[in-house]
Amino acid sequence: MNTMIDTPEALIRLAGITKVYGSGPAAFQALRGVDLSVQAGEFVAVMGPSGSGKSTVMNILGCLDTPTSGSYEFQGVHVETMDRNQRALLRRHFLGFVFQGFNLLGRTSALENVELPLLYRGEPVARRHAAARAALAQVGLDGWEDHTPAELSGGQQQRVAIARAIVTNPAVLLADEPTGNLDSQRSREIMALLSELNRQRGITILMVTHEPEMAAYAHRQVHFVDGRVDRDSRTPVAEVGA
Amino acid sequence: MIWNTFLLALREIRRNLLRSFLTILGIVIGVGAVITMVTLGNGATRSISDQVASLGSNLLMVRPGQRIGPGGSAGAPMFKVADVQAIAAQVSGVKAVAPETRKAVSVVVGARNWSSVATGSTRDYFTAAGWTLNGGRIFTEAEERGGKAVCVIGATLQRELFGGGDPLGESMRVADFSCQVIGVLAAKGQSAFGSDQDDTIVMPIRTVQRRLTGDQDVRTLLVSASDGNATNAVKARVETLLRERRKIGANEDDNFNVLDTKQIAQTLSTTTRIMTTLLGAVAAVSLLVGGIGIMNIMLVSVTERTREIGIRLAIGALEHEVLLQFLIEAVVLSSLGGLIGVALATGASIGLSSLMSIPYLFDPAINLLSFGISALIGVVFGFFPARRAARLDPIDALRHE
Repeated sequence: MNTMIDTPEALIRLAGITKVYGSGPAAFQALRGVDLSVQAGEFVAVMGPSGSGKSTVMNILGCLDTPTSGSYEFQGVHVETMDRNQRALLRRHFLGFVFQGFNLLGRTSALENVELPLLYRGEPVARRHAAARAALAQVGLDGWEDHTPAELSGGQQQRVAIARAIVTNPAVLLADEPTGNLDSQRSREIMALLSELNRQRGITILMVTHEPEMAAYAHRQVHFVDGRVDRDSRTPVAEVGA
Repeated sequence: MIWNTFLLALREIRRNLLRSFLTILGIVIGVGAVITMVTLGNGATRSISDQVASLGSNLLMVRPGQRIGPGGSAGAPMFKVADVQAIAAQVSGVKAVAPETRKAVSVVVGARNWSSVATGSTRDYFTAAGWTLNGGRIFTEAEERGGKAVCVIGATLQRELFGGGDPLGESMRVADFSCQVIGVLAAKGQSAFGSDQDDTIVMPIRTVQRRLTGDQDVRTLLVSASDGNATNAVKARVETLLRERRKIGANEDDNFNVLDTKQIAQTLSTTTRIMTTLLGAVAAVSLLVGGIGIMNIMLVSVTERTREIGIRLAIGALEHEVLLQFLIEAVVLSSLGGLIGVALATGASIGLSSLMSIPYLFDPAINLLSFGISALIGVVFGFFPARRAARLDPIDALRHE
């Protein structure tokens, strides 16, 4: 995997990204020139104190936000010039999201939650159901298809959210503090699941966390301080969990 | 995608059943009221035109005097039977013309007595006034010429004096003479002016003139235009002839007037139609109010479901897909209200028209129109909330508590 890092075909390439909120004297510079490349198949933990810009960079990476300046290439395509709908289509076809607060649709069964992204892709109902069941089975929720979020534990809800994120076979999974609302036992289970998805299916994972224990599951830790990449370190695969 | 969105909207409505019902109540009432008002109005219009038609088809009523009503005929000479013969002989496009002279009488059969009106006329009266027989026969020409005491009675007299039994051949005492019943008229029901048309006795005009009125006057001429002849053309010819016969100078006003029943029917129908339109318009206002109710609920719903919208946008829903979802939700809601309104209106219209004894006329146009407008209201009043949802920023929406 390390051999891929220096190839020019980076999956994601940020160059000189800045982000300014507001204007005039009230302006706040959240990002001050971020350069970051991510290869396909990497598992990257994004860390840093609050206000360091890690959430902003994740929003830009997730195509939910646009940078003020700089360039963002996704599979060699410039994203920073895309309009709202183009970015939505990019999210639909290449990205999966896992949030700290799970963000499942309430009063909606696990199966319906998981098949939601396929619905927007216009997949026929039989394919939707099959794919959603397979995704739920992969996250270990066989037999829980008809339960609504209220009937599931926090750990199970996050598994449903992960199933929803991977059901489309995304190129990148963006996880924003996926274990932030879970106890340590559930957190380890979720991290084990993410590691497995990364290892077995080769899904590139970008994960924001402030817990070093969770960051240790990733192969690479990117530290943000004051809107810049402060440290970019790699953990050899063998050392994970050591 | 549209079908899925539709199912999604139905699910959303089912989730908030009570709220959805209250939301569409305004539309239900609006659609229901509009359809009921228009249906009842149509029934009333039909009822009136039916009643006027029962006076006789294409009927002109000619009376002495310049206007209708008490005192209207003061000073104006009455018609004579000769006028009837003149019209029959000289005016083209006339199917039947009959004199009419009436007298209130009391009628006695055994122990029963009844106040009615005796009408003296000719055999043509039955054609002109649109009467058909329910039994027996009308008087013969010989009976007419001889002024025989024979009479054809209406359904009301048959009921009141003969207890609904067979009166043919029986005698009844009319004023101070005895009269043989030779025929029974088929019932016509109430007239447009509320009087009972079946409370009538028809005799040869000579009988009435000799035995009841004691003069040779004819109070009314009934002129029935033949089919295909415009009544106003016949009316003009009758007027010209009568002016001649009554020796009215070119600068003088008519001393008689010709009433066209078709005109009366049209006037009455127009009046009811205006009332129907007015009532329908008032009801339509409640449709508008219902639409505002839907907009209000949809705005609340968008605020409530901000996070859901955020999730949808984050996983790749396009702006127009979110817009469509909320728009369809609003349209499904309002159409549902429209459907319930149509069902309610059908029930209310059937019930009320039987209560008001007017015919129930199902009007597909107004049902479709009202339903269409209810769906349109969903589009119009759902658009603003839907656009607000579609334009949310996904990051803000996801953060929304």
